[in-house]
Amino acid sequence: MHPAFSVLVFTVMSGAGYGLITLMILGHLFGLPQLQDSTVLLTGGGLAFALISGGLLSSTLHLANPKNAWRSFSRFKTSWLSREAVFAVLFYPFLLGYLANIWANGTEVTGIAQLAGFGAAALAMVTLFCTSMIYASLKTIRQWNSSLTPVNYIALGLMSGSLLLAAVQSAVTGDLSSTLHTIAMGLVVLGAVVKVIYLFWIGKPAGSTINTATGFTQASVRLLDQGHTSNGFLNNEFGYTVEANKLVRLRVLMVAIAFVLPFLLLLTSSAGLLVLAAILTIIGLLVERWLFFAEARHVVRLFHGDQRV
Amino acid sequence: MKLGLVVDLDTCVGCHGCATACKQWNTSGTIGPLSDENPYGKDPNGAWLNRIRTYEVDDTPNSKTVNMPMSCMHCDNAACVTVCPTGASYKREEDGIVLVDQDKCMGCNLCSWACPYGARELDPQEGTMKKCTLCVDRIYDEKLPEDERKPACVMTCPTKSRVFGDFDDPNSEVSQLVRDRAGKQLMPELGYEPVNTYLPPRNKPVVEMYETTSLKDTVKGWVNKVIAR
Repeated sequence: MHPAFSVLVFTVMSGAGYGLITLMILGHLFGLPQLQDSTVLLTGGGLAFALISGGLLSSTLHLANPKNAWRSFSRFKTSWLSREAVFAVLFYPFLLGYLANIWANGTEVTGIAQLAGFGAAALAMVTLFCTSMIYASLKTIRQWNSSLTPVNYIALGLMSGSLLLAAVQSAVTGDLSSTLHTIAMGLVVLGAVVKVIYLFWIGKPAGSTINTATGFTQASVRLLDQGHTSNGFLNNEFGYTVEANKLVRLRVLMVAIAFVLPFLLLLTSSAGLLVLAAILTIIGLLVERWLFFAEARHVVRLFHGDQRV
Repeated sequence: MKLGLVVDLDTCVGCHGCATACKQWNTSGTIGPLSDENPYGKDPNGAWLNRIRTYEVDDTPNSKTVNMPMSCMHCDNAACVTVCPTGASYKREEDGIVLVDQDKCMGCNLCSWACPYGARELDPQEGTMKKCTLCVDRIYDEKLPEDERKPACVMTCPTKSRVFGDFDDPNSEVSQLVRDRAGKQLMPELGYEPVNTYLPPRNKPVVEMYETTSLKDTVKGWVNKVIAR
C-alpha cells in the first residue's frame, strides 16, 4: 500500500496523544501522587490536545475532495471511519471539561473531574480502537486483517503516551517519578513484544493467490499484459513495492529507534534523556507506521501479476 | 432482481473494445466525466471503469492465453458500501447495482482499499471515486430501442463475450450460461459474493510437439554423450 504521509503523521500523533491523555487522567483520578499537580496535568493535557488536533487535521489532507468531509459522520452503523470521526469529536467536550475543571478548581478529584476524566479516557481509547479497525476490517489486505492490528495500535499509542507523560512530568516538576518511569519501561517492552509478534505473523505465507484471483486453480498462471502502457490509480495505490533488503534495514532501524534506544535511555533514569527518549519513540513510530503501509499487500496486486500476497 | 454480467473467457480476444466503449459512454454519463491526466503525454493516467488483463495459464504445450476483462462485480456482500463513511457508496435494493453518489464522496479511497477486484478508481481531476454503473443510464432508458438497453461494454463486444442479465431469474441467459458452462466467481474465499461470473475456457486438443528423430541427429546425440563423459 502506498504510505500517505498525512496518514502516518495522523495515526502516530493522535495515537500518542490519546495514550498520553488516557494514562494521565487515570493516574490522576486513581491518586498517583506525582500527578496531583495542576501544572503537570494542564501541560500534559495541552500537549495531548495539540497532538490529537494536529493529527486529525493532518488526516483530512489525504482526502481528494475534502469539502464533503462533514458527511463522514453519517454512516456510524457500518463504517469504522465514520465511527472514528464521531468518537474523535465526542472526545473533545470531555477533554475540555476535564482540563477546565482542573484549571478552575485544581486537582481535587470531584464528581465532575471523574465524569469528564473517565469519559475522555474511555473515548480516547475507543477512538484509537476505531482508527485501528479501519485497517483491521479490510479483508483485502491480509497483513492488516487481524486482531493484532488493534492490539498494535493501542499498545504503541499507550507506549508513546507513557513516555510523553513521564517526560512532561519530569520536565515540569524537575524530578523523575519512579512510578511513571516504571510504567513507561513496561509499556516499551510490551510495545516491542507486540510489534515483533506482528512482524513474525505477517511473514507467514497465507491468503489469496493469483490462482484464486483468476479462478484458474488447477494450473500455474502468469501475467502477460496489464492492458495499459503506464501506471494507473490501482498501480500507484496498491502496487507500492519496496526492496526486501530495504524493508529489513528499516525494520531494524524501527526496532532500534522506537523501542531499544528509548529503553536504554530510560535505564539511565535521567530527566533530560527522558525527553529525548519520547522524541525518539515518536520518530521510530513514524518509521513503524510507514512499514505498516509499505508491507501491506492488497489482493489487487494478484491481478497485476503477483503470485501471492 | 440481481443484475450483472457474465464474461466468457473462452471467446474474449482482449481487444479492449469494452473498456473503450465504457469510457466513451460513461465520461458523459450519470457519474460525470472520467477525466485523464496527461492523456497524450509521457505518463498518461486516468479513471477507467473496465480493465482487461492478459494471463498465460498452465505451461507449454498445455498453455492458454486468457484475456480477463474486469469491472465492478456488484457484489452481494459489498464491503465498499459498508466502509464508506459518507454514505456516497450505496447498493440499490431493486437491482443490486452498486453506485457512488458523486455529490457525497469525499475521496478518502477507503472503498477502493476494501474492493478486492480493483473496480474503483479515483478520478484525478474530480477527486471522487468512479466505478462501473452497469450503465444504469442506458439499461432503463425507454427512449432507446429495447435491444439496446444493455451496458455499453455488452453492446460493443465483437465476440459476444459479455452477457448482461438478471441472475435472480433462473431462466435468464446469464443464469443458463452459468449453469451450462460452470461459471466461476473470482476470489470466492474473501466472501464478497460477486455477482459477475466468468465462464472458464473450454478444453481444446493439445497441439502436438514436433520432435526430429533423424539418423544423423541420433548419431550426433550419441557422439556428444560419449565425448561429454
